Amino acid sequence: MSATATATTAPATAAAKERRPGAARAYLAYLGGKLAGAAVSLFAVLVTSFFLFRIIPGDPVKSMTQGRAVSEDQLAALREQFGLDLPLWQQFTDYCTKAVTGDFGTSYQFHAPVSELIWEKVPNTLLLTGVAVVLYTMLGLWLGTRAAWRHGGLGDRLNTGVALTLWSVPGFWLGLLLIIVFSVGIGPIPGLFPTGGMEEGGKEGFAYIADVAHHMVLPVLTLVAVGYAQTLLVMRSSLLDEMGSDYLTTARAKGLRDDLVRRRHAVPNALLPTVTLIFVNLGHVAAGSILVETVFSWPGVGSLFYQALSVPDLPLVQGLFVVFAGAMILMNVLADILYPLLDPRVGR
Amino acid sequence: MHHPESGPFTRLARGIVAAAAALCLLLLGLVAAPASAFAEGAGSGEATPDGKGQKDTLTVAIAQSVDTLNPFTATRLSATNMMRLMYDFPTNYDPKDPSKVLPGLATKWKTSEDKLTWTYTIRDDSEWSDGKPVTAEDAAWTFNKMMTDDGAKTANGNFVANFDKVTAPDDRTLVIKLKKPQATMLALDVPIVPKHVWTKVKNIAEFTNDKDFPIVGNGPFILTDHKTDQYVKFKPNKKFWRGAPAFDELVFRFYKDNDAAVSALKKGEVSFVPDLTPAQAASLEGAANIKVNDAAGKRFWALATNPGAKAKNGKKFGNGHKALLDADFRKALFHAVDRKTIVDKVLQGHGVEGEGYIPPRYEDYFWKPSAEQKIAYDPKQAAALLDKAGYKEKGGKRLDKDGKPITLRLMCHATDPKDKAASKYLEEWWGELGIKTKTTCLDNVGDPWVAGEYDIAFDGWSVNPDPDLVLALHTCDALPNTPKDVGLTDNFICNKKFDSLYAKQIAEYDPAKRAAIVKDMESWLYDSGYMNVLAYPNSVEAYRTDQIKSITAMPASNGNIWGQDGYWSWWSAKPAGGEAKASSGGSSSTGMIIGIAAAAVVAAGIGGLVLVRRRSAADDRE
Repeated sequence: MSATATATTAPATAAAKERRPGAARAYLAYLGGKLAGAAVSLFAVLVTSFFLFRIIPGDPVKSMTQGRAVSEDQLAALREQFGLDLPLWQQFTDYCTKAVTGDFGTSYQFHAPVSELIWEKVPNTLLLTGVAVVLYTMLGLWLGTRAAWRHGGLGDRLNTGVALTLWSVPGFWLGLLLIIVFSVGIGPIPGLFPTGGMEEGGKEGFAYIADVAHHMVLPVLTLVAVGYAQTLLVMRSSLLDEMGSDYLTTARAKGLRDDLVRRRHAVPNALLPTVTLIFVNLGHVAAGSILVETVFSWPGVGSLFYQALSVPDLPLVQGLFVVFAGAMILMNVLADILYPLLDPRVGR
Repeated sequence: MHHPESGPFTRLARGIVAAAAALCLLLLGLVAAPASAFAEGAGSGEATPDGKGQKDTLTVAIAQSVDTLNPFTATRLSATNMMRLMYDFPTNYDPKDPSKVLPGLATKWKTSEDKLTWTYTIRDDSEWSDGKPVTAEDAAWTFNKMMTDDGAKTANGNFVANFDKVTAPDDRTLVIKLKKPQATMLALDVPIVPKHVWTKVKNIAEFTNDKDFPIVGNGPFILTDHKTDQYVKFKPNKKFWRGAPAFDELVFRFYKDNDAAVSALKKGEVSFVPDLTPAQAASLEGAANIKVNDAAGKRFWALATNPGAKAKNGKKFGNGHKALLDADFRKALFHAVDRKTIVDKVLQGHGVEGEGYIPPRYEDYFWKPSAEQKIAYDPKQAAALLDKAGYKEKGGKRLDKDGKPITLRLMCHATDPKDKAASKYLEEWWGELGIKTKTTCLDNVGDPWVAGEYDIAFDGWSVNPDPDLVLALHTCDALPNTPKDVGLTDNFICNKKFDSLYAKQIAEYDPAKRAAIVKDMESWLYDSGYMNVLAYPNSVEAYRTDQIKSITAMPASNGNIWGQDGYWSWWSAKPAGGEAKASSGGSSSTGMIIGIAAAAVVAAGIGGLVLVRRRSAADDRE
């Protein structure tokens, strides 16, 4: 494999043409290995989530009953309800047997099944961060390509400078500024967007979709503004690496327009590191962005996680942790599946 | 090169780009959509569905998520406040003076000779929102459920702990038999639920009561919709026996960030915002159409000293400083505390200097020390007291009785900025006495607290109209059974005199006599130096006067609107009327249209870009 890799200096697209008969089998073996690895990781996550959060200081029953009158009878009833009166090993086996079937128990503070609470919020977070990731990835790719192609120029310096500045801005601060300027309105700028939330409520069909989109504009804008620099920089630097390559000279010699040389030859080869980044970002989508969700009162998993940690509401933190980690693992597997398709040198 | 442009990769990449572009367009298209939706409503604010014109909506911004809408398990302030709107309670507190009781679901009550039987008359003019009459049987069922079902004990089990038997001999009579006399029988803050609805609930512990709208209730409002962490909506109960609320709709909207909520208030998206910081209050002072309500709070904010933690079985634990066991030492510490500075600097004026244990809003129970009893700010006297008690100063350091320099550990809540700010002053004031203070701020103070591993801690409780709970915290009975257990106790106080006074007040059914005993207890607590109230912080809140014309505060003179012990504020609120709101609605619609236009331009731009790219791609297909 290493021999092939060093020998193949030709672009990936050309290598794709040279698939050997054993390639399909090799790909399956590669895939099998990756899937097995993912399964092991997921299991490890299940186990750690149980022990990890038991280290958090604080007695859930005590912190839930703080500041109000409770009889000893009530405290005992709560402990029994939560299963906290059982020995740890028994709590662990109970947790494992249930978790395998997707049942993470009942939240201490919300008195409702954890899976229900999580699935109520996950779509909201996916919608917000998903749209933001797609948008900032595209913006980053586009601007990154431009910047690298004419590197050192005014456009490059301006682009990179602006992106880096926005990247350094704390998301919650930018969010608050956007609220002040575009929600409340300053001077001649009227209040264009809602100050927070996801919907007015009571709307249906198209009006509902429009309402949600209207509420999404500012949080998405915030996430895109602070996020696109990453993709831009990775794309820019990996494209710069390709810039001097012989195959680009060949492509130009063929008489292709500069624009096409960039789009069909340089960019595809420079895309691989960016793909990794895209999938890492997609893996984070499920976890959302706690700060931006908070500033815009977006009903996502971020604030749920925060509330779960502060009790600690063990079943809920465990469930969320598994979902967050699971999303990351899933995205890694997807990236692994995609790599060999993008670059046949991988996985051979 | 064999036509790389037709390779699988480029096709894939092009696919991705196309899909993403489509998504992008879709999004922007969506943004543009409200144009049509809102253009219709422009200028009229919100139109009512029945077309009668203006709909008066009272929108309250709240930060705390609702834990559940099930009255048997809901414990958060956000939820319990909504319970007061949804269900009638047996009795209410007078909004003018919260230490007085008013009739609620019960119109009158009497007690037996032996003080063990309470008989309530249930009103006959209350009706469930599904049309069924409210009877004593509903109340009896509610209490019995809490006494027999562990899942139903979670929120209010403490109220029935001393109940022996609850019956409803007829539709209008509720009889509660007690194990021991209990003076708090007119302070049963328990939402009474409709039996015919709740008998169908299988597992009360996991029932969230927010699926079947509208939720059947008999309070001043009927809950019509709830989306977690987004909003809770109510409509007025037109048949409420005390009279229907004036607003057409009451909405609680969740704002996770208080600065954003303040922005929403400035814009007029919400009518009311509670829990303002001094900085937020200052930013709203003088703003057009906004009134800031700097209300007397329900809480006291105190310093608790560790009296030597012990359990009911007599075992001592924890590691409180030995010097704190000396009453003179404790007194000297508090002589060095300048409460005026605490109120002026830490609370920035939004509070009242602390005196007795119960805040002044409860006139009947408020107590303050006499002139000679008062531990006033007097650093010289503090130093003299320490000298006299045998804590000598040497080289600027105060020594304990073993001759070692004294260092006190001060525990603060990392989540409470006023704790941190006050600790700086305390360090300085006690430092002048030669006592070193080491402050530790924790997110969760529960663990060291329960283990008795602190010297002095910031403490604070919200005090109910009936003071029983905050007094019970300091009885020997509240201590943990063993050092491993957790008790109701606040800071391990256990004293015979206090306990006997506590027993006396709980059995005293005459309000005036009971209040006198409660004041004796406060006096003892003050002298003990185990609890020293620094201040009663205000609750600062604000509302839009162009949306709310009038609203009842509790107590009437300088009270709060959010978090009342009752439904008075929202029930009594009167809408401000049309013009002001129409103009705000108009401006937001104009804004909306401009926003949409901007979005459309961007969408067109992106669309154009995609077209250009497609065309250039087509050029290459020659």
